[in-house]
Amino acid sequence: MSNIKYLLLRRVTQIGLLVLYFGANAYGWHILEGTFGASKLFGFIPLADPYTTLQVLASGFVLGADVLLGAVIITLFYFVVGGRAFCSWVCPINMVTDLANWLRRKFNLDKEEVNYRFLKRNARYWLMVLGLIVSAVVGVAAFEVLSPITIMQRGLIFGFGAGISVVIAIFLFDLFGVKNGWCGHLCPLGASYSLIGKASLIRVKHDHEACTNCMECKIVCPENQVLHMINKESISVTDGECTNCGRCIDVCGDDALGFSIRSFGNKK
Amino acid sequence: MANSNSNRRKFMATTLQSVGLTALGGLLWSGYTDEVKASPLVLRPPGALPEDDFLKACIKCGLCAEACVNRDSNKNKDGSKRPGTLQMAKGGDHRMIGTPFFIPTEVPCYMCDDVPCVPVCPSGALDALSLKSEEKELDINEARMGLAVVHKESCIAFWGIQCDACYRACPLMDEAISLEYHQNKRTGKHAFLLPIVHSDVCTGCGLCEQACVTEEPAIFVLPIEYSTGKAGAHYVKGWDKKDQLRAGERKLDEIETKTERSEQEASDYLNTEVEY
Repeated sequence: MSNIKYLLLRRVTQIGLLVLYFGANAYGWHILEGTFGASKLFGFIPLADPYTTLQVLASGFVLGADVLLGAVIITLFYFVVGGRAFCSWVCPINMVTDLANWLRRKFNLDKEEVNYRFLKRNARYWLMVLGLIVSAVVGVAAFEVLSPITIMQRGLIFGFGAGISVVIAIFLFDLFGVKNGWCGHLCPLGASYSLIGKASLIRVKHDHEACTNCMECKIVCPENQVLHMINKESISVTDGECTNCGRCIDVCGDDALGFSIRSFGNKK
Repeated sequence: MANSNSNRRKFMATTLQSVGLTALGGLLWSGYTDEVKASPLVLRPPGALPEDDFLKACIKCGLCAEACVNRDSNKNKDGSKRPGTLQMAKGGDHRMIGTPFFIPTEVPCYMCDDVPCVPVCPSGALDALSLKSEEKELDINEARMGLAVVHKESCIAFWGIQCDACYRACPLMDEAISLEYHQNKRTGKHAFLLPIVHSDVCTGCGLCEQACVTEEPAIFVLPIEYSTGKAGAHYVKGWDKKDQLRAGERKLDEIETKTERSEQEASDYLNTEVEY
């Protein structure tokens, strides 16, 4: 049966981070304080979300040095190491949309392949740019007023209120609406991490020799357009939209997929 | 040839569609964002920038609220933690989501000496410089979170009943709220003890509002923009030498006001009734 090594590791990471954030408010821990917008690690290392930072700058406010430095640190981390790992290893919404996806598979909601004429996977990049424009026009960080990511995170730390409805809406949209609708089509934050992580070192590598073409990986992959090399070539997944979630590695029964460091030698 | 033509047409149509849908999304998004930032009657933490700038600057991280609730002084006698002053706006709070605010009747600001909420702000939405006094240390007395206003018709002290709850609750007693004594002519032998708020000292902490004994507080804190007026530069205190200088510096053509009325002679309209 399929392995769940990376799935478990991811859930431990996601929930572990949320516990640390929760403890910062509830018990005064100084390990990881704040929210994904801006945090403090060990009480002194600033961290900040790059896209959030850009929105605030676009709204016309020159941010404090802590946020700017924090955004640089986060950008460098995902640029060099993590790729789009924020989406699958950190973001709490990932758990919601993964659940929706799992239910889709269980209830065979995926049988009909629907072509969403108006909703292509590149919509998120438009939204990302649009978010900056709206921020500039209205004078407020535009995605932050409706971001389900921080609404869910703040909900878990400070209490949800009516904010839970946004999270439920995302769940229903992904379950009954568009497959991978939020994370794979709309989320501008994910789009920003796709761009940041495009050239990162950690990559999934495919071994064409070992592959038996069972296509399990393509079924579980939330961005399966990035797996175009399956049973064709032995190369790494270099697409920025790969979230490095490792589900494909988990489900592969042939040992044809695995994490590796990007090789710069045999670039095509 | 024909194929490339239809390809081009398809490309144009797709591009137009994308641009159109983006514009539609942008309009909806802008409208929504503009609506949610319109929540004027909200009290912000000490040192907060003016509301418009604050909404831009606040990155919604919650570090101020966490510093507030976890401060050492925020404990009951048995050591259990009390709720903090600062709340993070949730969906349904009808305030810009994720921003810190406080409600005095729930938990007012206790004006901590070390102001734990301000230095932790990473974005500059809470401006430490605005709280720096001459000694270059954070001084909570410089905070202007709002301004207390007394509604004298519901304030029982104005009825002649003795109450000085707000006066005694005020952390800046006799400076931010003082008691003014007036004779109670109704009884002839009692005094009114009237609470008077001084806006140059009041920080807007809300302890008075929380202490007020009436069913709905007769003294309450409003954001400064909503609890202050403005006389305008053309009023000069003739009895104040310094203020008089202001009049001297002004040029005549700057203070000329032209309205429909001013074009007429005063005698033309002062003796007639105003037409509505």
